[in-house]
Amino acid sequence: MKQVPAKDAPLAIIEGAVWIRESDIGFETNEPDGYALEEALRLKEKHGGEVVAISMGPERSKQTIKEALAKGADRGIHVADNEFHKLDPLNSARSLAAAIKNENFDLILTGLQSDDQGFGQTGVLLAELLGRPHATIIMAIEVVDGRMKLKRELEAGWFQWVELPLPAVLSIQSGINKPRYATLKGIMAAKKKEIATVDRASLGMPDSPTQRVERIYVPQKTKKTEFITGQPKEIAAKLIEKLKHEARVL
Amino acid sequence: MKILLITEQRDGKLSKGSFETLAAAQQIAQQTKGTLLGVVMGKGVASLADELAGFQLDEVLLVEHDLLEKYTPDGFTLALRQVIESAKPDLILLPHTYQVRDFAPKLAASLGKGMIGDCIAYRHENGKLIFVRQMFQGRTAADVVFAGDAPWIATFQAGAFRADLAAKHASGKAPVKPVNVDLKPEQIRTKPLELFREAKQAVDLTQAPILISIGRGIKAPENIPMAEKLAKAMGGEICASRPICDEGWLPMDRQIGSSGQTVAPKLYFALGISGAIQHVVGMKGSRTIAAINKDQNAPIFEVADYGIVGDLFEIVPAIVEELEKAK
Repeated sequence: MKQVPAKDAPLAIIEGAVWIRESDIGFETNEPDGYALEEALRLKEKHGGEVVAISMGPERSKQTIKEALAKGADRGIHVADNEFHKLDPLNSARSLAAAIKNENFDLILTGLQSDDQGFGQTGVLLAELLGRPHATIIMAIEVVDGRMKLKRELEAGWFQWVELPLPAVLSIQSGINKPRYATLKGIMAAKKKEIATVDRASLGMPDSPTQRVERIYVPQKTKKTEFITGQPKEIAAKLIEKLKHEARVL
Repeated sequence: MKILLITEQRDGKLSKGSFETLAAAQQIAQQTKGTLLGVVMGKGVASLADELAGFQLDEVLLVEHDLLEKYTPDGFTLALRQVIESAKPDLILLPHTYQVRDFAPKLAASLGKGMIGDCIAYRHENGKLIFVRQMFQGRTAADVVFAGDAPWIATFQAGAFRADLAAKHASGKAPVKPVNVDLKPEQIRTKPLELFREAKQAVDLTQAPILISIGRGIKAPENIPMAEKLAKAMGGEICASRPICDEGWLPMDRQIGSSGQTVAPKLYFALGISGAIQHVVGMKGSRTIAAINKDQNAPIFEVADYGIVGDLFEIVPAIVEELEKAK
């Protein structure tokens, strides 16, 4: 699970232009990861076992783990790295794989992609690095006799059932379920749950970037937008006038 | 630079994204004075390799195997690794589709390489290739370059290049070379089953001349009737971005974007939609786009012809009132 800037956080690009100013914005759990957590909790309720929530990032990302524990995860692992945003997808996944390798999880779930960098690769990369089969964009999970039957979403309204053996890695499609809220009881119980911290540097991963962000910037407009201003009544009148007589679409 | 284009085919057709990425690959090959090879992969796809050979490429590699008839991440990755190891390209390009995002990162990792995914453009500057992708849901763009040795893998978003700009072959046809790959059934861990559609789509949004589309800014399902009133007053249909359908506030068949329908109406009116790329790819072809959003930096304004920064709960009723007054 990843912690990302809050959806309505104002983004200020920092000097050097490779990341945003983090000091005065709010953070939240990456929404797609919330669906993966919910799916994990439901699988546990149905089949037993343990749910472990893992997040990599600076100290603040522990909050994402705490929220997962409050919703019902059993324990957490925090892979600590203050400069996590500098990692490329492959090196992020290598670190996560190294941190969880000895846990031998039966099932690893990820969200579809993060709302900040949006690489959308972590699940597939973890599968390859850990030697597991995988499937992505999952809309339903059925587990029978150590095999899973999965509903994958394809494009343009198509779906496909696929079967996979366990252990495996799945990337969950947003909208697969309705994530629960933490209860007060859950929040209290979470205080006693364990969060193990692994310093990413201690994993001894080589620093071998495959790609580098040179610059981030507010994109140039491809269209010239005409902004309509005024009181709601004036805006309404001006917009209708333009749609009727300028764009001729009404 | 030696470029390898990996096409995608389904139902006996090369996908539109394949031709879009072909157009990009041709351009990069020309700018870098390089060569371009195209891969067609599957079973019984020789005619598609022949079709691709009609375009400006140096060679088409036809990769056929019984185990490539149905897509599996293991089968496609193992086959393409063999193709890459023998062709030794510098740059591997693919269209950014659901299928590609399912195997391309695995292919890259199996080669110990990285992938720059979902690019919307590239630039060739001082002999260097710079790929442009979006971050923060389209609120920022990023220039990304490859580090380390080739091969490098990049994918291009749907609509990033124009398929109709893919150049035909200058002198007839490119040669088609069959490439044998070694695959064994036990190497493939996924068992692909049937493809299906959930339900016949009740509304064909692609035929609606006016679409009123709602996003997160609508806040609660109780507010949807307000948008429906606007749709009625304008003579349009209502639709939504993915989160609204995920919440169940509108049925899935009203979803616009990469996982929903792609539309190009006369007027697309976005209410409280931030304009994440997954949404924009489904509507950017609209003739006129109007948008209301409280955030003046929302990426929806990058594609909007008319923008209104403000509270949609005040502005939408005012528009409805104005329209009704005119009747």
